[in-house]
Amino acid sequence: MKTPENTGDHSANTPPATGLAGWIDQRLPVISAFRAEYVDFRLPRNLNWLWNFGAILTVVLVLMLATGIFLAMNYTATDAGAFLSVEAIDRQLSGGWLLRAMHMTGANLFLAALYIHLFRGLYYGSYKAPREILWLTGLILLVMVMATAFAGYMLPWGQMSYWGADVITKAVGAVPVIGGALEHIMTGSDHLGDVFLHRFFVLHFLMAFLVVAVVGLHVTAVHISGSNNPLGIEPKTKKDTLTFHPYYTTKDLVGLIIFALIFTALMFFWPNLLAEPANYAPADPMHTPADIEPEWYFLPFYGLLQSVPSKFGGLLAAAGSIVVLFFLPWLDRSPIRSARFRPLCRVGLLGLVVAFVLLAVAGKHHAEGVWMIVARLAGLYYFGYFLVLLPLAARMEKTRPLPSSIAAAEGDA
Amino acid sequence: MMKTTRLLALAAAAFLSAPLTTLAAVPEPLVPPHQKWDFDGPFGQFDQKALQRGFMVYDRICSTCHGMKALTYNDLSGIGMSEQAILDLAHSKMIAGPPDVSGQPTSRPGRPDDHFRSPFPSDEAAAAMMGGVAPPDQSRLAVIQPHGADWLYAFLTGYKMPPPADAPVVPGKFYNDWVDGHLIGMPPPLMNGMIQYPDGTPATVEQQARDVTSFLVWAADPHRTARHRTGLWVVLYLIGLLVLAIAWKKKTWKRVKSQ
Repeated sequence: MKTPENTGDHSANTPPATGLAGWIDQRLPVISAFRAEYVDFRLPRNLNWLWNFGAILTVVLVLMLATGIFLAMNYTATDAGAFLSVEAIDRQLSGGWLLRAMHMTGANLFLAALYIHLFRGLYYGSYKAPREILWLTGLILLVMVMATAFAGYMLPWGQMSYWGADVITKAVGAVPVIGGALEHIMTGSDHLGDVFLHRFFVLHFLMAFLVVAVVGLHVTAVHISGSNNPLGIEPKTKKDTLTFHPYYTTKDLVGLIIFALIFTALMFFWPNLLAEPANYAPADPMHTPADIEPEWYFLPFYGLLQSVPSKFGGLLAAAGSIVVLFFLPWLDRSPIRSARFRPLCRVGLLGLVVAFVLLAVAGKHHAEGVWMIVARLAGLYYFGYFLVLLPLAARMEKTRPLPSSIAAAEGDA
Repeated sequence: MMKTTRLLALAAAAFLSAPLTTLAAVPEPLVPPHQKWDFDGPFGQFDQKALQRGFMVYDRICSTCHGMKALTYNDLSGIGMSEQAILDLAHSKMIAGPPDVSGQPTSRPGRPDDHFRSPFPSDEAAAAMMGGVAPPDQSRLAVIQPHGADWLYAFLTGYKMPPPADAPVVPGKFYNDWVDGHLIGMPPPLMNGMIQYPDGTPATVEQQARDVTSFLVWAADPHRTARHRTGLWVVLYLIGLLVLAIAWKKKTWKRVKSQ
């Protein structure tokens, strides 16, 4: 009978490469390293579809770099030229509209996939020992990607680019004592113009490659600690695991194609779902749009920013909502990882998702009227979950019994 | 203890409900009636004949006041204009050239890769000549304007001459159902039979409005037809690929499941 042990696992009986490959591998073991990490690498056998998003994010990142480089070749980072250079990419550059559509859709779906990836980590407790560094590098990536996305949104220099920059630089200016200096460092001059735009163009381009470097650390970390899994218990025997190839390569491929279908449907058929029409009007410092709002992926933080009466307080709340995630491995002391066995946390986490969405909707409504109350309640819940519920749950929660092993839980003991 | 709790609750309630008073009644924006357009929906495509008629309306009427500076004459190949027709069209437009040796402004005939000629030397000049407000550029007008095509059509056919009896009369302003406050500085641009379509389509105000609306939507999203066509093939290809990938995955995982 075929079992995973004798079909997929080559680690024990793979002959060393010969010929040119062997010659290279003896001097620089790239081939055997690739085999060890991407062919024979063992993963828990019970990973579900949420584990596809790592691969999806990697592919989207490559797509962003590939399209971004060609867009950058045709972009002019000046106050007077930026908007028209993007128009020229869209209209006159051969295939430019497709490049730009891929980059725009990619930015949106990158953030979407990132949020799902992050949620998976929260739900299955992937931030707990021994994966703290994996979690922290992931959060650094989140911050870097958000900064990159923000800088990128400035570049077309439309009305929303300009006024978004105006809101953010002024929010930074609200930091006590050093705010004025920080704002000046960001804008580079006394108005949002050439210097600002050029700075953010360079920042956008640079950050994209720094993200690749940190992704390297993130992936290294997951290959050291191994993947968590939906049960949140460590694999004990070989029976609990499967090799990356062919099991998870085929599963990732299916996930990637489904993701690509969503990607192409949005890009080709419903591009306006993701684009902000007001950004097709060139930046005009003399004319404030009636409705300034960020892209959807920043709306929850915008909701937090607006729910606090003081500008600096809002900035603290928005930044704090991410900072608190960095302390998560030490706030949640429960030895049980997966929310499947933590009834209280499971409900609490569902509430967290609801709060996050409500903050986004409130942000869209500028936290006015009823939405101000909703935003404040959701904000309180968000911080309450991490700072109160999780530390308490570790002590009070009655957890469900863990299975003895992954294979046992799969009915293969 | 009870008192503290109640105080806290009160403070919380005050904190939460403070801005409730700012909730004001916002007037509902006018929603123009929906028209049927060929280019609507995820598979919609432009009708090139309509686009060509629409360009005629734009070129003869709109472009006297409205720029469309993101487009070049070459882009008109997208509405099916021939290379020769584009060359002739560009050549008929006089474009500002560099100052001559004595510093005097010059002009030259346009080339296909020139951007559409702007009707005014600058936005400031346009505003000064047009009663304080520069006519908006039309490159992306159909995207920026809420309700895009439906609004453009409603607006172009929405002038009332003479205005309704109860409407305020302001010299130099015209009554239109579809603008804020119903008054606008732009006079009714279209009239029945004002132009003659070479394809014999009767040039009613409604027909011209439909055609020029199509053209403006095309100008704001010139690759829509190509996008929809390419998209269809890409999606079909991916579905085929998905079927194969699922089969491969099932075959692979059978070894795990069948133990």
